[in-house]
Amino acid sequence: MAMTRFLIRRILSGIVVLWIVSTAAFFLFFARNPDIVARSLAGRAATGAIINEVKRNLGLTQPILVQYWQFLDRTVHGNFGLSYYNGQIPVSSILARDIPRTLSVVVGGVVFWLIVGIAVGVLSATRARTVFDRVSTLGVLAGISLPTFVLGELLLAYVYVPLNTHGIGWVNTGYAGLSQGLGAWSGAMILPWITLATVQAAVYTRLSRGSLLDTLGEDYIRTARAKGLTERRVVYRHAMRAALTPVVSQLGVDIGAFLGGVLVVETVFGIGGLGEDAVTAVTNGDLPTIIAFVLIASAFVVAANILVDMLYAVLDPRVRIT
Amino acid sequence: MSLSELEFQAQTLEAAPTEAIQGRSQWRLTWARLRRDKMAVASMIVIGIIAILALLAPVFASLLGHGSAQVFPNSGLSSSGGPVSPGTHGFYFGTDELGRDLLVRVLYGARISLFVGITTTAIATVGGVAVGLISGFFGGWVDAVLARFIDTVLAFPFLVLALSLAVVFGPSLTIVISVISFFSWAAIARIVRGQTLSLKEKEYIEAARSLGASPWRIMFVHILPNLMAPVLVLATLSIPAAIVFESTLSYLGLGIQAPTASWGNILAGAQSYYQIAWWYLVFPAAALLITTLAFNLLGDGVRDALDPRTERIFAARRNRRRRIWAGSPAAQLDALVAPVPTDGPEEA
Repeated sequence: MAMTRFLIRRILSGIVVLWIVSTAAFFLFFARNPDIVARSLAGRAATGAIINEVKRNLGLTQPILVQYWQFLDRTVHGNFGLSYYNGQIPVSSILARDIPRTLSVVVGGVVFWLIVGIAVGVLSATRARTVFDRVSTLGVLAGISLPTFVLGELLLAYVYVPLNTHGIGWVNTGYAGLSQGLGAWSGAMILPWITLATVQAAVYTRLSRGSLLDTLGEDYIRTARAKGLTERRVVYRHAMRAALTPVVSQLGVDIGAFLGGVLVVETVFGIGGLGEDAVTAVTNGDLPTIIAFVLIASAFVVAANILVDMLYAVLDPRVRIT
Repeated sequence: MSLSELEFQAQTLEAAPTEAIQGRSQWRLTWARLRRDKMAVASMIVIGIIAILALLAPVFASLLGHGSAQVFPNSGLSSSGGPVSPGTHGFYFGTDELGRDLLVRVLYGARISLFVGITTTAIATVGGVAVGLISGFFGGWVDAVLARFIDTVLAFPFLVLALSLAVVFGPSLTIVISVISFFSWAAIARIVRGQTLSLKEKEYIEAARSLGASPWRIMFVHILPNLMAPVLVLATLSIPAAIVFESTLSYLGLGIQAPTASWGNILAGAQSYYQIAWWYLVFPAAALLITTLAFNLLGDGVRDALDPRTERIFAARRNRRRRIWAGSPAAQLDALVAPVPTDGPEEA
């Protein structure tokens, strides 16, 4: 089975990537003297003896290679160790709290992002040079030019605050779990989704518009029209499939950037997911937490890229998965 | 426009012997097209104004008598200790929570943004062109290694790594520039590699090789000039991306550090005050948005001017036609030489 072989090969190479990335993160941490971390943990008034005690507790006194081996051994067994901060709770419990939050942001963001991006692009292409097309093109440029955090802050100041002062409390910040009801959850997520989608969708609107316009000029589209097919069928059945290929290949490249956007959005709206905690962990030098976050982010990128390659083969029958 | 019309015009142009017709280089044609693009000209003017304001920031600061990091606890803060609104006590953009002049800080922020945008783009362009050219031209294992590397850098969640680097080496302007350059060259390298792959199969390269040109000569004399068009577009578009990247790093507290003003760290400060001081959020956000929008519009204009085949939305084909009949001989020539954009599907 070509598909199974493809999956096995890609997953194996993905594991190698994860190993390289986590090793890089591990040694990058030791590029900065771990004493700084121990000192900040021990408090300002700590003596040298206390700092050494803290370091011993964290296992930072052993030779780096020994620590590296312990780290590998632990990680392979699915144990991310204990956080240096947060009262030394296991990293896995931080992850358990954060993953639903980040997943909410990511899933909704991706859905908005692709629907808005591709839909607006298709509408502009089928209505090229109309008012709608011009407005959406300007909107796209504004979207590309807006940094994620600026859009987020503007939404907070000019949407969230006015709505809440006028008694519309549905739109919220922070995080509300699905257990608190669909309304609370979507209300807390709506502004992050809009922020992520606007910034990301801009590129896709432009890409799908250009690509669909190119495709609509092809001979086989003329043939399809000549056969008497409806315009709807021509655009959505014949042209869309070919036009989406460059969009999908761009998707693979953009997933890394998308995670960066998630990180910023979580920080702006105080969602407290993986991204926001990653910034805190990086700033504090919380090694076990940093590595867990880096591993999860890379695993996401690897998995998404495998998915994109499979999607590619579905859209373009000439592409063979090997 | 039909062929007979073209011929007719060519004849009328010949019939009017105003001046000798000169061949024009691709760059002069591009410039001529760019100059006709109103959006592109407007963005060039805006960028020029921003650059002048940034360069003259110290002059403005001394005219206003407010340093960029100078605190005015008496005139710059209201009686309740909050920021004062625009226009009070000679603070035209108001002040921040420490009583610093926001106008001066936004002007100094422009210096950082433009400096980071331009230096990182220069570094990323040189690096990206070099890697892409070598990778595409030599092929084989060199290409395999470099192409893999390019893909890895492109697919990496770069903001996370950028943050770690900023923490390890301590946030500073140098680190910001290095980190942004490191994550910007790959996009350019990927395009350059693709172009090189197709260019090196052309006959003129074979001709050069048969004349005994060395690989380096072919790369730099025969291939590189033909890459300049896409590289110029990418470079123009990478400036606003770098500005956004810098402001994001500074916003997260890992870029330019206070008291040095950067639009990112001003906006980070505004985060807790936008409810009582709209100006604290609006002015730096507007400065950032205007700058990146101007660069993006200019980049779009440059792309259109270099590749007239791409479809232009704001460029008026109708105007160009009108100018053929009404304009000066030079304008008529322009219109004839500049290829007409391909027609959209509904006219095809």
